[in-house]
Formats: sequence, structure tokens, C-alpha cells
Amino acid sequence: MEVDLTPELRLTESDRAMLEGQRGPADQMAMRIVTRMAAVVGAERLMDITGAHIDSSLYLGEATLEFAEMLADRGAQVKVPTTLNVSGVDEAGWQEWEVPANWAEKARKQMMAYERMGCTPTWTCAPYQLESRPKFGQQVAWGESNAIIFANSVLGARTERYPDLLDICAAITGRVPAVGLHLTKNRAAQVLLQLQEIPVELQEHDSFYPVLGYVLGKIAGDRVACISGFAVEPDEDQLKAFGAAAASSGAVALFHIPGVTPEAPSVEAAFQGREPEERIPISMDHLRAARKELTTAPGTELDMVVLGSPHFSLAEFQSLTPLLEGVSKHPKVQFLITTSRAMAALAEKAGLLDPIREFGGRITLDTCILTTPMLSDHVRSLMTNSAKYAYYSPGLLNVNVAYGGLAECVRSAVHGKIMQEDGIWQN
Amino acid sequence: MAELIQAKPIVAGTARGKALVSQEPLSLWGGYDQATGEIIDRRHPLSGQIAAGRVLVLPYSRGSSTATAVLLEALRAGTAPAAILTTAADAFFALAGIVAEEMYGNGIPILAIDWVDFERIETGQWIDIDADGTVRLDE
Repeated sequence: MEVDLTPELRLTESDRAMLEGQRGPADQMAMRIVTRMAAVVGAERLMDITGAHIDSSLYLGEATLEFAEMLADRGAQVKVPTTLNVSGVDEAGWQEWEVPANWAEKARKQMMAYERMGCTPTWTCAPYQLESRPKFGQQVAWGESNAIIFANSVLGARTERYPDLLDICAAITGRVPAVGLHLTKNRAAQVLLQLQEIPVELQEHDSFYPVLGYVLGKIAGDRVACISGFAVEPDEDQLKAFGAAAASSGAVALFHIPGVTPEAPSVEAAFQGREPEERIPISMDHLRAARKELTTAPGTELDMVVLGSPHFSLAEFQSLTPLLEGVSKHPKVQFLITTSRAMAALAEKAGLLDPIREFGGRITLDTCILTTPMLSDHVRSLMTNSAKYAYYSPGLLNVNVAYGGLAECVRSAVHGKIMQEDGIWQN
Repeated sequence: MAELIQAKPIVAGTARGKALVSQEPLSLWGGYDQATGEIIDRRHPLSGQIAAGRVLVLPYSRGSSTATAVLLEALRAGTAPAAILTTAADAFFALAGIVAEEMYGNGIPILAIDWVDFERIETGQWIDIDADGTVRLDE
């Protein structure tokens, strides 16, 4: 086998100036990383981006902080409008939780480093809920798997799966390898999932989408998928939950739903006229098996209900409010919503946060239970409506998890035990 | 007798370690404990195995884009695998290796191998990796 380490990468004069250090040491480091990655992915050229969303801002330890400070200290400035993903700490509220002071300080230093580079302090994993979200066809460099799949699929913007550390280098240079989902030909669906006799009542239910997304990720892996046979038109929050699940159980970065997502007026359009590599019927059996896998809790014991991965939207706050009327949470169970400062401000203005406080619930901003060490060791059993939380919590937090829809989560919090509703899953 | 595989070095380097193989892709975020090198994705076949110092052999990385940062932390902490082999050039793993070289002057070898070769490697085999991508499997 021939080893070909350096495919021909054509650089512009400006690319070369950055690489040679004429635009300063930060641009040089960022461009060196971008061009080395371009070689890894076999790009022939770099292309411009018009926006970025940075996941690297999340504090994980000394290395992520050193990386951020190295760039900021060298004078790095982003060249395109750039939003920031969740941080490692809720700046305003961390003292109310178990977050060690040392962690909070370092996470905050890392936040500062990204702000110094000129990024907008949005601190959310759902940047597509902001007005600044990219438009159809816009070339961007986004990190955060759920944001990537939403940007590509629902907005029709174009991004590769940018890993942490590369996203900020793309923002600093304004350049990315011209490969993958940036290019039209690679956006065609490869695999067709066909929903088979899934009851409309289930399709209308919020708990359907995370489960279907989990199935999609398992089946599609890292392929572009088209899902047909929907009887209802999912809304943005349902698509958010669906995509986040598919990007957790798999590496899906783009899906098409004919008649719903912008690049798929039809199945044929989703496949750009090509034949599907594979056609896979999706039955209730698939869904029931996936729903079961999302729950690891052996019994009904419950310590905490957590909503908001990806970050809770204004519409989700609106759906939650009526469920809280006239009830309050069980004293032994915690009830938490993770959201962005922007959505919390809108929800507060709309009077949607007081009912949560009266219910006994709490709100954490800018971060989530997976990215800041906020939970006590006494929390052993979680319930959530998020497939992403359900997927990652057992490994990251060493807890048992139960999956259920919004109403199941609220009912469980009220009764102080896991109460899953099997009814709509039985037919 | 040792078997030889010619891999494509994505991030070149030398390493020696015992193979840890899975057919199932892995997300390092939520799947790899950067403090200990343990595989902590409880739904993954390698759950509970310590990958620090091993040659990790996987089809590709899955899920979260935080994976590269986890690998960078593990590299700094000395809990990373000795090398990673995947069935295609895996950008997430490669990036961590590249950034570690930029920041600390050394990373770990990241190599791509064919499926046919992937299936020849078994957990527990000693593996030697050369800078040119030659992979030696001991019996």
C-alpha cells in the first residue's frame, strides 16, 4: 500500500501568509492546525466560512485551558461572527451546587479566553435558537454534535462535524478544508429509513422523537440519512431532540425528511437522484427496543428529574407550564432545567419561570449536568426527556437513568418515583 | 512469527502496546475517563477496560465533538492509549494528536488500516508501530 501523507493542498496567498507567521503567532498556529487537518481529510483547497460555533470553550481540564490561553495570549481574534457552546460553569449560580471552587475558577478562565478572542458569550448548545442562526446555504464551522446536525438538516446551513480544538482554529483563520458536507454532492442521502405503521398518536407525542433519533444513529452510523413515512410534521423542538439523539447513538451530521427539511422537497431530491445504498423499514419493534435501551434504571427509585439537553427552548418552557399547575415536586426529588441565558431571559419575561420555582424546580444557565460537576454523589437515579442525557449520564455521571416524555418526567417528579407510561408504545 | 500490516500514518510516530480491539465505534466524551484511561461507556463492549498505554483499535470515533478535547486531556495526563488504529482516517483522533504536537511537542501515532487488516488484530496481541506506518503484530 502506498503511503501518501501530503496530498496536493492548494493554498491562497493569504493562507500562506498566515501559515508563515506574517499575520502573527496565533493565526500561524491556527492555520498550521487547519492545513494539517486538511491533509488528513484529503482536501485540495481551503474555503471561506461566514460563521462559527465553538465547542472548545468547554473546560475539561488543564489541556483545554492551556490551549485556549495559548491562542488568546498570542493575540488570536476570530475573523467571523462566532457563538460559544456551553461552558464548564454557571457563572451566576455555581455556588448553589457541588461545583468545586477550583473548577469554577478554571472554567471561568477558559470562558474569558474565548471572550478575549472576540467570540459572542452565548454559552449554549442550542445556538440555532438564537436570532443570529445561519441561513440556508451558509457555509459555517460548527462544533457540538447536536448543533451540527440541526444546522445541516433543519436550517440547510453547511458544516462538517467540527471537533473541539479545530472549530476555534477555523474561526480564527476564517478558513476550513473544502470537503464533506460543505460540498453539495456529499449532502445526498445514502440510506433510507421508512417508518412502517407507526401510529399517528405516537408520532404526535414528544417522547417519540428522541427514541426515533436513537434508532437512526444506531442504523445510520455516520451516513447521511433520509427518513420517510411521517404522518405529521415535526416542529423544531422535536427535530432538535431527534437530531441530538442521532448524534449521540451515532455520528449522524445530516438527515433529510421529505417535505419537512429544506433540501428534501421529495425522497428523490434527498438522494439527489441516486439510489439508496440501503432501505430499512422502521417498525414499532425497533422503537420499543430503543426506548428500553434508553433506560438503565432497574427500579422506580428517583433522585432527580433533568430537562434541557439540548438547552430548553422558549416553546418547551411554554409546554411545561400547564403541566405544573396545581402540583409541586416531591420533597425527595430534585427538578432541574438546563437552558441558555437568552432563553431564560425570554421565559422570565413571559412569566414562565415563576411556575417552575413554585413547583420546586431550579434552573441552571450556560452549562449542563454533563459539563459541570454540579450534582451531589447522592444523586444515583435520574429521569429525563432527553435521549442525549439518557445516553451520556450513565458513563459521565455514573448514575442510572430513566427515559420518558415531558409529562412522564413531571408526573415522576410529583410522585417521587419513576413513572413511565407504556400506553402509546404498545400498539 | 510476527505479522506485518502496512497502515497509513495520519499522525506518524512510534509506539508499542497491547491491542484493545472493538468492532463498535466509541465516543471518547462519556466513553473515556481522562483521569484513569478507563472505557466508561456502559453500553460499549469495552466498558471497564483500561485503554491507557494500549493500542486502541476501533472502526471510528462516534458522537460528541468533545472527543478530541478528552483525548488531548488524556495525552497531557498520561492516560491516553499508546496509539489508535481506525479503519479510515479519523479526523477526531487525528486532531488531538496534531494539537498535542503543537502544544507539547509530542502526540501519539494515529493510523488508518484496511478492514481486512482490522479483522486480523485481536485484543491482547502485542503491537509495534513504526513511524512509516509499519504495524507488527506479535503472536
